[in-house]
Amino acid sequence: MDYILNGFVEAFRLIFSFDPEIIQIVFLSLFVSFSSTIYGALIGVPFGILLGINNFKGKKMVSRFLYTFMSFPPVIIGLFTALFLARSGPFGQFQLMYTSTAMIIAQTILVTPVIMGIVFNHASTSGYEVVQTGKTLGAQRWNILILLVLELKGVIMIALVTGFGRAISEVGAVMIVGGNIRGFTRVMTTFIAMNNNMGQYSVSIAMGLILMTISFITNSILYHFIIGDQNEYRD
Amino acid sequence: MKKKLSVLVIVLFVCTIALSTLGCTPAKKDLEPGSNGEIILATTTSTQDSGLLEVILPDFEAQTGIAVKVVAVGTGKAMEMGKAGEADVLLVHARSQEDQFIADGYGVERFDVMYNDFVVMGPKEDPAKIKTTAAADAAKAFTAIAAVPSTFVSRDDKSGTNTKELAIWKAANITPAGDWYIKTGTGMGETLTVTNEKLGYTLADRATYANMKDTMANLEIVCEGDEMLSNPYGVIAVSPTINDQINAEGAQAFVDWIISPETQELIGSYEINGDPLFTPNAAQK
Repeated sequence: MDYILNGFVEAFRLIFSFDPEIIQIVFLSLFVSFSSTIYGALIGVPFGILLGINNFKGKKMVSRFLYTFMSFPPVIIGLFTALFLARSGPFGQFQLMYTSTAMIIAQTILVTPVIMGIVFNHASTSGYEVVQTGKTLGAQRWNILILLVLELKGVIMIALVTGFGRAISEVGAVMIVGGNIRGFTRVMTTFIAMNNNMGQYSVSIAMGLILMTISFITNSILYHFIIGDQNEYRD
Repeated sequence: MKKKLSVLVIVLFVCTIALSTLGCTPAKKDLEPGSNGEIILATTTSTQDSGLLEVILPDFEAQTGIAVKVVAVGTGKAMEMGKAGEADVLLVHARSQEDQFIADGYGVERFDVMYNDFVVMGPKEDPAKIKTTAAADAAKAFTAIAAVPSTFVSRDDKSGTNTKELAIWKAANITPAGDWYIKTGTGMGETLTVTNEKLGYTLADRATYANMKDTMANLEIVCEGDEMLSNPYGVIAVSPTINDQINAEGAQAFVDWIISPETQELIGSYEINGDPLFTPNAAQK
């Protein structure tokens, strides 16, 4: 049992030693997951809204596919991305395998359906009303879209937080396309997996604590804005 | 409040752009296609987990300016990466597979680099009585494990260690199967962890074991020193004919460097807790 306690003691020592390697790993993780969340939002938010507010044939089918992709296993996404990016694959000449770009690509594929699905769901249920109200008030197409984004901003925020959470916590995809290469593609989750394999539990615990702290901070910042808005409405 | 939100959105965007530009500066290094800038070294988990590469690679990078991207996988996977041209150079330990690799035309030439040895690890209670009956005879030790039968943890991942393990079973004339034979399909470190938890036996390379000794409270070496347990490492530059993205010059520079007398000395001087882990054995020109 001692090693669990020692793990935590060692973990705090490691966190406050500000090891440059650890800092670099943390920043790379944030950079990769943050970038993929932004790219995921750029694709997912407009498409989610458009699919949500419009009624068309096969909408149910689209939603089923979307919800399936929301729970797609990261390893499978990693595997497919790797097959495409590998030197012998169709995009081999770009030499993207084992780079941070490859990790961003894989995570973007991972989070886009999550963001799109959440936005789609809310746009389907409450978007129609917004569109009708907007039309009644004489809004143009473009104005309606802005109105929708503003009305759905709370949902979009939640979609971003969820997407970011999925990206920063996954290990399967980045392990395959990144390769956990020291100084290049080692991120928090692959670092934890590697040290766990080597039986070095204390560093794993340390990195786990850092990961959870970062998730907590990101969520606090974003929820602050959402809940702040809701309080305003209550006044 | 709406102003606050737009400010947040703007801040978020500025942050992303700033991060992207910041991130691009180091990322650019891993993007230069086909230049001498970097090589991909596919190697075994044992060379990475033992800590050797971290000690010797900075010397190579300083001498040549070539960045080495170490992808640590099992020998089987490393060979597959070589065959597909996904790696530029291999540092592996499964002699029969290596020779086949060269014979099939995937590699330029194989050079000896270093060796250490495998050890049979087992629980301190030693239910198969290997310490007293087969302390230096791997095949006999395996026979004893199968006879009890006592839990044996196999890596089952086509790695160099796994290849050696299967060769020992073959020498013992046993086809291992049954509840006592656990296949993890993972690297050396994880397999040792499983063995430690299950109080089983396993075959491990000495380097990884030495590096993880502190966390392996239930295990100890029960069999070592058999000639069959020798573990030679070889370096192979992947044949540049496989695809046009292989950094042949970089790979050759790596081969020349690792078998050079200076690097060989560096390898020989690497030790953990005072025990040298690898014995360099490159043939000097």
